[in-house]
Amino acid sequence: MGLQAYLILAAVVFGIGLFGVVTRRNTIGILLGIELMLNAVNINLVAFARFSGSEIGMIFTVFAICITVAEAAMGLAIVILLFRIRRTVMADHLDLLKG
Amino acid sequence: MLETIGFWSLAVVLVGSALAVVLSKNLFHSVLWLALALTGTAGVFLLLEAEFLAAVQLLLYAGGIVTIVVFAIVVTERLVGERITQTNRRITAGAVTSLALIALVVHAISRQPLPTAREPLTTDLTRTIGEGILTRFVLPFELLGVLMLAAMLGAVYFARPED
Repeated sequence: MGLQAYLILAAVVFGIGLFGVVTRRNTIGILLGIELMLNAVNINLVAFARFSGSEIGMIFTVFAICITVAEAAMGLAIVILLFRIRRTVMADHLDLLKG
Repeated sequence: MLETIGFWSLAVVLVGSALAVVLSKNLFHSVLWLALALTGTAGVFLLLEAEFLAAVQLLLYAGGIVTIVVFAIVVTERLVGERITQTNRRITAGAVTSLALIALVVHAISRQPLPTAREPLTTDLTRTIGEGILTRFVLPFELLGVLMLAAMLGAVYFARPED
């Protein structure tokens, strides 16, 4: 399989993740969509690294995966905190900053 | 030949489980589908001969993230099992946006001359990654440790018991 096939697969997964981010009401659902999008980016990085014969892209992927995990941990901590304050995690009810 | 079969089956699993993640009515099912999607990505990494990244993907994503998301759902979801609308009214707009983005990216990709074959590996990729992390990229690696510590402290601070 050529590089093109991997890139198209990653693009499709990214688009599906974007759909989840745009349409989910639940904040945790939005975070799941973001995870899918970051995942698609990692596929791209690894595919480019493997086809260009340079290992630096793979090292970058290690960093990307670790940063994603930190992001997810923080995001879920914020979700739990929001739930404590507002008793809901539905994004359309979270309007604390609206004034 | 084997790679083609592997790629297409992984692509079907990955796209199917990704669709299930965003379309599933029950959020808990979404997380389980996400675990399958992340495992499928690990399979894609294996197909690209990046065994180390596949292992990291399984340990950190499929192990770590799925576990904490399940915890977050159990803590915040009082209505598990009940039928509440999980999608907002922008579902058509969201579908159009995503499809337009996919079409745009696929169009851009198919116009570029991209390599169709890759050279066989001459070195051990895991070894190269390890050496790279501990020599040329040692400073970002240490910074990553600081970031993880900050994230851990932040999560503990946010989730502290109410006083």
